Amino acid sequence: MWWRSASFILDQRHVEDPPNDVASSSKEPDTLSTLSPPQTYSSFMAAADPFNPIPNPKISAYYQTRAAHTAVVTSDWLAQAQAAVGHHPDDSQAPQTQLLASPSASGKSFCVINEFNNWRKQPDLAEAVAAIRALAAVIRASEATTMMELEIELKKASDSLKSWDTTSISLTAGCDLFMRYVTRTSALEYEDFNSARSRLIERAEKFGEISCKARRIIAMLSQDFIFDGCTILVHGFSRVVLEVLKTAAQNKKLFRVFCTEGRPDRTGLRLSNELAKLDVPVKLLIDSAVAYTMDEVDMVFVGADGVVESGGIINMMGTYQIALVAHSMNKPVYVAAESYKFARLYPLDQKDMAPALRPIDFGVPIPSKVEVERSARDYTPPQYLTLLFTDLGVLTPSVVSDELIQLYL
Amino acid sequence: MDPRRASRTVSDPKIRQVGFFAPPPDRSLSGPPDPISTATTTAAAAANTSSSPPISDLSPSGNSLSPVMIPPPRHSSDTAHRPAPFPPASPPRRGTLSLTVGSYNNNIISSSPTASFCDESKGISVKVSPTSAASSFPGGGFDATAVKASSVPASGLTTVSVVKTLPPGFTETIVEKVGGSVEMQNDLPANSKPLKERTSKAERRALQEAQRAAKAAAKGSKLPATTSGAVASANAKPTKATKPPSQKNDSATVTSSEKKGGDRPPEKDRKKDAPHPRMQYDDKSRVEKAKRRAVVKQTEARNRVELFRHLPQYEHGTQLPDLESKFFQLDPVHPVVYKVGLQYISGDISGGNARCIAMLQAFQEAIKDYSTPDEKTLTRDLTAKINSYVSFLNECRPLSISMGNAIRFLKNRIAKLPLTLSESEAKAFLQSDIEQFINEKIILADKVIVKHAVTKIRDGDVLLTYGSSSAVEMILLHAHELGKPFRVVIVDSRPKLEGQLLLRRLVGKGLSCVYANINAVSYIMHEVTRVFLGASSVLSNGTVYSRVGTACVAMVAHEFRVPVLVCCEAYKFHERVQLDSICSNELGDPDAISKVPGREDINYLDGCTNSENLQLLNLINDATPSDYVSMIVTDYGMVPPTSVPVIVRESCRDQVWI
Repeated sequence: MWWRSASFILDQRHVEDPPNDVASSSKEPDTLSTLSPPQTYSSFMAAADPFNPIPNPKISAYYQTRAAHTAVVTSDWLAQAQAAVGHHPDDSQAPQTQLLASPSASGKSFCVINEFNNWRKQPDLAEAVAAIRALAAVIRASEATTMMELEIELKKASDSLKSWDTTSISLTAGCDLFMRYVTRTSALEYEDFNSARSRLIERAEKFGEISCKARRIIAMLSQDFIFDGCTILVHGFSRVVLEVLKTAAQNKKLFRVFCTEGRPDRTGLRLSNELAKLDVPVKLLIDSAVAYTMDEVDMVFVGADGVVESGGIINMMGTYQIALVAHSMNKPVYVAAESYKFARLYPLDQKDMAPALRPIDFGVPIPSKVEVERSARDYTPPQYLTLLFTDLGVLTPSVVSDELIQLYL
Repeated sequence: MDPRRASRTVSDPKIRQVGFFAPPPDRSLSGPPDPISTATTTAAAAANTSSSPPISDLSPSGNSLSPVMIPPPRHSSDTAHRPAPFPPASPPRRGTLSLTVGSYNNNIISSSPTASFCDESKGISVKVSPTSAASSFPGGGFDATAVKASSVPASGLTTVSVVKTLPPGFTETIVEKVGGSVEMQNDLPANSKPLKERTSKAERRALQEAQRAAKAAAKGSKLPATTSGAVASANAKPTKATKPPSQKNDSATVTSSEKKGGDRPPEKDRKKDAPHPRMQYDDKSRVEKAKRRAVVKQTEARNRVELFRHLPQYEHGTQLPDLESKFFQLDPVHPVVYKVGLQYISGDISGGNARCIAMLQAFQEAIKDYSTPDEKTLTRDLTAKINSYVSFLNECRPLSISMGNAIRFLKNRIAKLPLTLSESEAKAFLQSDIEQFINEKIILADKVIVKHAVTKIRDGDVLLTYGSSSAVEMILLHAHELGKPFRVVIVDSRPKLEGQLLLRRLVGKGLSCVYANINAVSYIMHEVTRVFLGASSVLSNGTVYSRVGTACVAMVAHEFRVPVLVCCEAYKFHERVQLDSICSNELGDPDAISKVPGREDINYLDGCTNSENLQLLNLINDATPSDYVSMIVTDYGMVPPTSVPVIVRESCRDQVWI
């Protein structure tokens, strides 16, 4: 279709000019490949050796951790899930050691990331909270004598944390929030340094509790929306959504849950297991059965990896299509997300984010010519979301930006 | 103004703290004013509360004049203070009463939330004699006695109701010439009656005294009349305040405009009658009046489109030589301002930012050359001066919303000048303020916008822009400097063909461009990956008010699922809501669309333009609904169109607090 347009000639010229692009253009005259070279490049590399045992440095650490905490990797998932946390030791250890090697060169930042990783291993702790705790450790360990010094030190630490894993939205948001807190509280200016420091540490300690409390608040807020006899579709495993459903079950609500499988981590299996323990009727679906079951569904409940400025969410792959299907069938889509997941990001479309890649196991060898889409997350625009349940209250998507402006202005 | 936020802050502070929300120092205070405490504060205290949160938090609503219309707080009190015009046959008693009414009206203003008003009342009280200064706060003095008599509610609470129930349009109604005061004077006898039932003993007594004093005043003794009359007006206040202002608006303005005499001194006349920039131009009598005092003698275009008769439309090219010849005669307009006005007319300065900067710099010059005349205060006289300049510029070309905002900023600054400043200090202060506004709100804002928007340009993108926007141009150039490979599609339209200028500059810098007319936009759109648009203003429902054709481009882009990014500085945001392009717009030269210059062979309409059946419509701007806008890039970051009111609110707060 695109070659009908007059500017096709320009396109041609562009393609012909740089010699390194010739390979991709000769492959297939595809609009996408010419429009987004980096994508093509990376996927091209990926296609070359899809089963590389050493993880690509581009692989998202955030999704690695998630998989380690919530995924069911093997087929005997029941046994694994019951063994507390379904760890896949190779998965979590390999990238960590590999990734830790690189920042260790820069002395001090090593300790932050180390600290962060220690916190991160706790399955119940959100990534943002882990980041805050790591930053609090920085404050505690710092030998700074003035607020300014401390601030600079913190800034360095948070920058190194952020650059350590650029794909994790809540890590970035958590660091930013903490920096905001340090730089913006005017109350700190009038105190002496030591008390200010201890206040910061105290605040950081509180944050972990707050995060757990946030989940409870969200669970309480969402109870009004779960009515007896309803059918809820959930996607993947989300700690907040689990808390919501748990509270609803404790409140003696009668409802049934459809869990998607959540490929490739199969996190949905874990959730269905948890729900089965609560005696909630659960049905498992494969990810492609969402549209098939949507008429039975009364509402869709999803978590979020990040809530962006537009009010849309970034979440595990597949959320967008579920939201689309739900929207076209006029089913409400509810998002449960803590407020520390609000990030100052504004993706315009799916390709507008830093790619968070993830190895995908298809069970059979894939020929090297075949590309694999390995992105771990997608972006759901706000018009497909009905409400956001956050610890700030039940918000419409447009309020998110309001809160963010308040926070970051 | 924002009860949601305030109540939330108060009701569950624990929840608010989650996520390290560090409340800015004043926000928690911004709840609605406590009725009783405000009631017991005197009017004088109310004048001081300009710096205290509750009152000034309300001020956005008080300030909610349209941006284009230069909110003339100055006018209101000026007019209020001046004796209302009366038919010559009116008896002397009414005359004295009207004086008190004037002071009453003034008091209303001082208790209204706008800070500038409050300053005003101070200025007035200084200016008049000490006795009338006391009388200009009748509510205060009266309240004190009422409290002693343990009967707070009657007058005290109603004073608050003035503050609280003040509808957004209220200030406008006061602004509406002398309407309020005239009407007030007419209604006074009737209104004081129902009030009597509720008043306390002390008040009844005061009223009696007032009436007695009024009678005495009618006999000729003037001084007691002012003081007692003030008390009477204090009693009358509640009825006035609770009355819906709309009906008063209609009746009163008509009467006042009828009664207006032509024997006023010209300087005062000018100051007062700066035409309402959103004047409805289909209102014949108003237009006549506006014309009489206009510096620029514009000739009205004939055969205007019925739907757009309320907008000014002039024959272009007629007034320029005339104005140029008058350059050295015109006393009231500063030559620099005059020059800028001429440049507006001739089209030498166009584009929102350019016009705004030119205007502000002209004002800067004018302020530099300004000296306060004898027996005048700087704040009042300078505002009047600025008003006359603004009305002159408005006659040259209707003001844009961004200019309205800039003027509002300047007037705010003038009104808030500390009284202790000397003239030279004040002038330096204002000049640096203007400088700062230009630097921060326009130039720096553009830089921030560029910084944000560039992150949305990916390698290999095809960017479409419409017309010529300075912000978009900077973005494209900066992205090019960064070495990003991308292409640009410039869509343009007759009659201005501004895109060609942009095209020329971009091609000169080595960008690869495609130039298309707006007719081809649906054809070209499917290969476009981003649409960047400029805006003249963004309204608080997210509507983008911009050069005509923008809505069309945005709609096509939306249909093709191409993200539309609107680049607009936050100073152009406005709290008004507009649903169509009709009610407020600008009309261009109709000849521009009926003729193609230099192409005699296709000017088919040559003979027909005077035909009664032919109406030419050359709209300048249009309104793009927020549905078609994916993102607004502004100096506060990248926000969805739904967050425009948030930014308007925040920047309002900035202006109030700083």
